[in-house]
Amino acid sequence: MYQWDFGILWSYRWLFLNGLGVTVGFTVVIVVCGLLFGLLGAFGSLSRFKAIRLAALAFIEAFRCTPILVQLIWFYYALPILAGVEMTPITASALALSLYGGSFYSEIIRGGIVSIDSGQSEAGAALGMTPIQTMRRIVLPQAIKRMIPALMNQSIIQFKNTSLVSVLAVPDLVYQSQVAAHDSYRPLETYTAVAVAYAAILIPLTIIVRRGEKRLAVSE
Amino acid sequence: MSETPKTTSKIEIRGLRKSFGSNEVLKNINLDVAKGGVVALIGPSGSGKSTLLRCINLLVVPDGGSVRVGDTRFAFGEGTKLPDVKTLAGFRATTGMVFQHFNLFPHMTTLQNVMEGPVTVRRMARADAEKLAREQLAKVGLAEKADQYPATLSGGQKQRVAIARALAMEPDVMLFDEATSALDPELVGEVLSVMQRLASEGMTMVIVTHEIAFAREVADRLIFMRDGVVVEEGPARQVIDNPQEAATRAFLSHFHRTGALPPANTVS
Repeated sequence: MYQWDFGILWSYRWLFLNGLGVTVGFTVVIVVCGLLFGLLGAFGSLSRFKAIRLAALAFIEAFRCTPILVQLIWFYYALPILAGVEMTPITASALALSLYGGSFYSEIIRGGIVSIDSGQSEAGAALGMTPIQTMRRIVLPQAIKRMIPALMNQSIIQFKNTSLVSVLAVPDLVYQSQVAAHDSYRPLETYTAVAVAYAAILIPLTIIVRRGEKRLAVSE
Repeated sequence: MSETPKTTSKIEIRGLRKSFGSNEVLKNINLDVAKGGVVALIGPSGSGKSTLLRCINLLVVPDGGSVRVGDTRFAFGEGTKLPDVKTLAGFRATTGMVFQHFNLFPHMTTLQNVMEGPVTVRRMARADAEKLAREQLAKVGLAEKADQYPATLSGGQKQRVAIARALAMEPDVMLFDEATSALDPELVGEVLSVMQRLASEGMTMVIVTHEIAFAREVADRLIFMRDGVVVEEGPARQVIDNPQEAATRAFLSHFHRTGALPPANTVS
C-alpha cells in the first residue's frame, strides 16, 4: 500500500504559488484576448462581404480543427523558421491559446447572435436604428445572456489548457510541479495537489456564474 | 391603376417590383395614400401585401420602381445606387411600423421599449423621452404597466405597447402588418380601437389586415391584391359591399363584411 506524504510538498510552497500565479495570470490574458478574437471572428462570419466571411471561417476552422498542443509547438518553433517571427515562449503560447480559444468563442458568439429572432432587428430597423445600434442595443444584450453558459464553459477549458504551456517551459503551475516532482520523487502527491488547486479555483467560479445566470434569467 | 387625385399624397409608389429568387412577389405596383388617409391592404396570403408594406419603409428593398414618403423619394432598379445605412435609418425613423408578432424588446420594460427610439435614434434627453413615453403609454391605456416586462403582458397589451413605441417616434405615417392576426379573438378589439382612434386623429395609415369589417369601418380606401398585383382598388365600403372583380368577390365571401367592430372588452 502506497504511503501518502503530502507534508513534503510544504517546502515547495513558493514554487507552487509562483506557478499558480502564472497560470491564473495567463488565463486572464488568454480569456480576454480570446474574447476579442472571438468577437472579430463572430462578426467576421456574419459580415455582408463574402471575403470577410471566408477569412473568418478560415481562422475559426484552422484553430478549431487542429490540436492546441500542435499549435503551441508550431507558434514557438515553426514561425521563426517560416516567417522569421521570433517570440518568447510566453508570447507564443499566449497568442496560440488566445487564437485557439477565440475560434471557439467565435462560434459561441455567432450562435448567440443568430439565435435572436430576426423580428428583433426588424423592430430596431423600423424605429430608425442603424445596424450597429440595433446590434448594440437590441440583439447583443439578449444574445449575451444566452452565450454566458457556453462562454463560461469554454473559459474553464481555457484555464485548464494553460497547463499545456509547460511544454514551452513557461513556468506555470504544471511546469513548477514537474520541477517539484523530480526534486522530491513524490509525483503522486505533487500532481494530486495540482489537481486540487485547479478544482479549488474553478468550483467557486462555477458557483458564482450559476448564481449570476439565475439573476439574469429573472429579468426576462 | 390608381385614380387618387394628386393633391397632397403622403405616400406615392410607382412601378414597384420585387422578387425573392425566381418568385416575383410584387409586379408593377402603384399606390397613393393621401395625407391623413387610411388604406387597407387585403388579399390571400402570398399575395404580396406584407412585402408591399415592408417596401414602404424599405425593410424590404425593392428591385425596381420608386417609393416616396413625404418629401423623401427613393428610386430602385438598374443604375440606381442603394441608399446607405444612415439614409435608410433616417428615413425609417419617420415611418412607424407595427408587426404581427409585436417584436417588443424582451430585455426592456414597457417604458424602456417606448423610450428606446427617442433616446437612441432621436437623441432625446432621457427625462424628455420618459415624459413622451409615458404620454404614449397613457394614450394606449397602459400607463400603469410602464415598469413591467413584456413577458408579463397579454397579447393585446403587447400590441398596444408596440403601437406606443412606434408613435413615440412621432412618425408621419403608420404601417400595420397584420397587427391583430396573432391575437386571441377577445383581445382583437382593444388593438383595433386604438388604431381606429389613431385614424380619427388624422394619422396616415396603411393597414395589412384580415379584419374586413374593421377595414370597411376605418379605411377610406381598400386595395385587394393577389399574386403580386393590385386586382381591385377603391373606396373601402364600395369595394367590400360591391366588389367588381370575381377574385375580390371570391376572397371576400370568406368574411363577415359588416356589423359592429369587435368591442374592446368582450368576447367576440
